[in-house]
Amino acid sequence: MQQLIFFIQRYKYFLYFLLLQIIALVLIINNHSFHKSKFINSTNSITGTIYSKTNAISEYLKLKSQNEILSEENKKLKNKLAKYQLISNDSVRNIVVKDSIFNQQYEYINGKILKNEFHKSYNFLTINRGENHGVQTELAVVNSKGIIGITDDASSSYARVQSILNRNSKINARFIKNNFFGSVTWNTKDYNVVQLTDIPRQAVYKVGDTIITGGKSTIFPEGILIGTVMDIPTKASALNTINIKLFNDMSNLGYVYIIKNLDKKEIENLEKTPDE
Amino acid sequence: MNKTLYLTFLFFFLLFLQVLILNNILLFGYVNPYLYIVFVFLFPFKKKRFSLLTLSFLLGLFVDFFSNSGGIHAFATLFIAFIRIYIFRMVFQKTDTDFDFFTLEQEPFGKIFNFTVILTVVHHFILFSLTNFSFHNFSNVITNTLLSSIFTLVLYFLGSFIFSRKQ
Repeated sequence: MQQLIFFIQRYKYFLYFLLLQIIALVLIINNHSFHKSKFINSTNSITGTIYSKTNAISEYLKLKSQNEILSEENKKLKNKLAKYQLISNDSVRNIVVKDSIFNQQYEYINGKILKNEFHKSYNFLTINRGENHGVQTELAVVNSKGIIGITDDASSSYARVQSILNRNSKINARFIKNNFFGSVTWNTKDYNVVQLTDIPRQAVYKVGDTIITGGKSTIFPEGILIGTVMDIPTKASALNTINIKLFNDMSNLGYVYIIKNLDKKEIENLEKTPDE
Repeated sequence: MNKTLYLTFLFFFLLFLQVLILNNILLFGYVNPYLYIVFVFLFPFKKKRFSLLTLSFLLGLFVDFFSNSGGIHAFATLFIAFIRIYIFRMVFQKTDTDFDFFTLEQEPFGKIFNFTVILTVVHHFILFSLTNFSFHNFSNVITNTLLSSIFTLVLYFLGSFIFSRKQ
């Protein structure tokens, strides 16, 4: 007993150090798994409020580029609308939708990025929408130029987004011109370049081909822009990885849309059915 | 009392300086100064070290809260807070009895330089290794450590030159 007390007396600083270090280590390891990272992150109300206050100041500096992005998006939407009107004018049969909500599969929630990261291996963003606005975990986050990430934690009025620039991120994607699909990952080297892996050998593609989301998950709707093929690997490897240049400049993000799949539960229930 | 107030101010000043300003610098895309560790350099040298360990851990943890990094900053900062006393004995060649009369400012620049450089490089190395969290891209960790250490130290020496009380 005496020995033990003496031991503790002698190494008290080291033991205290060890204790705190273990706490830190547990937090680090928890932060690396997608579903456990609940405690240390920027969605809590204190950090969220501070970030939204500072963001209110800094957003003036970005107004010009954000305006350009918005007008670009408006142009795109107007073009789509014009095309649609042309079709509906031309078609003989009029389609009557009695209840538009009934067929609606995706709901869009707008939001703003309060904090952006792109220089680490595991990047997260903080947005100013939370459970009060209908944001939950595992919703798609996009902007007009393309995908940004997936929400991974939500507090009452803020949410944390796992960026596509995160080593844990894996998103189903395909070529726009054919149906060969793979998954988008990131090798942490360049924040404007992601990798498309696991594409079939027989897939045909060339530099400049557009990559879009594949719609094979319940998170992302099909056809959200990702990027273009940057180079073709010289020799075929088992992994078959190609570099994709993102449409988004991940270092300059402002307003985003959070996409909620209203049929998600239904699809997941269906997939849960045991195969006899 | 005065000292406590000073330390509280320093704690929050460094925290907000780090998370609101310095975390957004990102020179060349990834070089970032981590100036908050100055807290560990400036914390008064005392025989009892519990307060230093606790406060450095908390400072690191708060930085983690803001940068979504789990406990990486807490781990690295706590580590240099723990080894500070050994580096102190090694560099300044002093014993625990000298603590009461010791101030960093009265030491020759060379020794201060060694002291801060060792702690900064150790901190940054741990920080970037944990940020990377694998042996993949390890050369990135080394370059990041070196460049960020230089940036942090330049800022620290500029700051201590501007705020020094000698005048």
